Amino acid sequence: MVDAAAQTASLLSLRVAVVATFCALPCAIWLAWVLARHDFRGKAWVSALVHLPLVLPPVVTGYVLLIAFGRNGLIGSALYELFGVTLAFRWTGAAMAAAVMAFPLMVRAIRLSIEAVDPRLEEAGATLGLGPWRVFARITFPLALPGVLVGAVMGFAKAMGEFGATITFVANIPGETQTLPSAIYALLQIPGQEGPAATLVLYALAISVLAVLVSEWLARRLAARVGGNHAL
Amino acid sequence: MRFEAEISHRFAGFDLDVALTGRDGVTVLFGPSGSGKSTFIRAIAGVLRPDQGRIVLGDDVVFDARAGVQVPAHKRRLGYVFQDGRLFPHLDVTQNLRFGATRGADQIAERDVVELLGLGDLLERRPATLSGGERQRVALGRALLSGPRMLLMDEPLAALDGPRKDEILPYLSQLKSEAGVPILYVTHAVEEVARLADHVVMMQAGRVVQQGPVFDVLSSPDAMPFLGVREAGSILRAQVVSHEDDGLSVLRSGAGLLELPGVDAAVGDSVRVRILARDVILARARPQAMSARNVFETQILQIERGRGPGVAVVLGAGQDRLMARITDRSCNELGLETGQRIFAILKATAVSRGGIGRGSQSDAHKLTQA
Repeated sequence: MVDAAAQTASLLSLRVAVVATFCALPCAIWLAWVLARHDFRGKAWVSALVHLPLVLPPVVTGYVLLIAFGRNGLIGSALYELFGVTLAFRWTGAAMAAAVMAFPLMVRAIRLSIEAVDPRLEEAGATLGLGPWRVFARITFPLALPGVLVGAVMGFAKAMGEFGATITFVANIPGETQTLPSAIYALLQIPGQEGPAATLVLYALAISVLAVLVSEWLARRLAARVGGNHAL
Repeated sequence: MRFEAEISHRFAGFDLDVALTGRDGVTVLFGPSGSGKSTFIRAIAGVLRPDQGRIVLGDDVVFDARAGVQVPAHKRRLGYVFQDGRLFPHLDVTQNLRFGATRGADQIAERDVVELLGLGDLLERRPATLSGGERQRVALGRALLSGPRMLLMDEPLAALDGPRKDEILPYLSQLKSEAGVPILYVTHAVEEVARLADHVVMMQAGRVVQQGPVFDVLSSPDAMPFLGVREAGSILRAQVVSHEDDGLSVLRSGAGLLELPGVDAAVGDSVRVRILARDVILARARPQAMSARNVFETQILQIERGRGPGVAVVLGAGQDRLMARITDRSCNELGLETGQRIFAILKATAVSRGGIGRGSQSDAHKLTQA
């Protein structure tokens, strides 16, 4: 029974983390590129807003999400009326909370890797007839790819471990929103459940270690392929 | 293709203010570092937006400050060779060469470029494994294959050491006659001007101080202050007549027959020979029993006194001119005057290998006319 519950929580956590990572990644890449390569008014504010979930207590972030995306929230009610979509207390809401929490970490890592791409190479690309979009697709992105990967893995890890915002926004419903951290927390509230809790801890450990190993392997392969970011 | 550029740009240090009309062949922008020549070429390429002015390439207005026209770099169809190569590190040589090769109808075939630049053995290598000279050759090929209507070269040899430069210069000379597009070339090395330029524009502190055909500009005493007295000299157009068994080559020039050691060109080829003013000795009478091989009887066209102890003497050499730099004292003791017949003496070994470049077709044309 413990194993079944552990499996449910693990699979849910994986699903939440994967969905959160893949939804947040394109936005994170775009925003990282904007922040790395453009100067505009209010850039500092945009940057601060992106980093907000990193510095706010997660419970606050979860609460803000609940206010905005709850059934009675401004955006949440509109979503429900227009598309019949509910986020609060659903696993999709958990994915959203995880994505919001992972987003700043992803943007940071990707922005650094884009900033490390030599802009002189992009300039060379333009003189060879490539417009801004193709310069990004054929020069900037391939060269920043190892950093993008790092960002994705950090985001995934954060999404796997996210607890505060998730439990505030979508509560702790077994089978729906009870991710690994929520399940561990729930078990630890009951005396004598340290054993099952330890099993879940092992699950969490295994998933995290595996993710890090895979990303290390990928990063090494990419780094060998890219061979440095600098103009030669 | 014709190009016209009129550019004003303000810097912290000085103002760039240049108007230039370019033509076919190689136009070299020559000047010391910080004279604004790189800014000018970057404005032509469209990677820098000047404050004021107008740039017309062929029939296209690509920049007009007043009309608010600024065609972005990627739409200008210009090949740009940077000082620092800028090969893409994540791509191999072939992929680098083909990077911009998707446009342009009048492309030179990849095969020809690979052959022209001797890239055959490098195609599968990564930029990180190439030498500096090899990288510049690949960068040149990449620019050529992008189907440009003009080539811009921003000190393409400046980052290379002496031997690497000598490795690339022959390719550039070759390219000059085979690229079929005008070339705008920026450099601060007189040697490159002498070997490659058809037309030279001398710049200083953001202004054009002299411009004209390379043979006229370099052989003019007016250029001396900008070249520096050690680098001042003239270029002679010459044609290889024969290679002797003892290693000397005989060339026909406007001044007469030249004997120079080991000229690297086939018999019949036209070459440019750069003769530094400080290597030319003047004598009133034909010298006897002397080791120097090259003695020309010529006429003094101009005597120019500078501020220092030196005097520049310009001598006729057929359609070209020869310049000698001697001391003011010698000039007075010999009693040199304009129009006088005089003997110019040149030591055969004074002309270094780097001072001999392949001539262009226009050079050869002028030689036969003369």
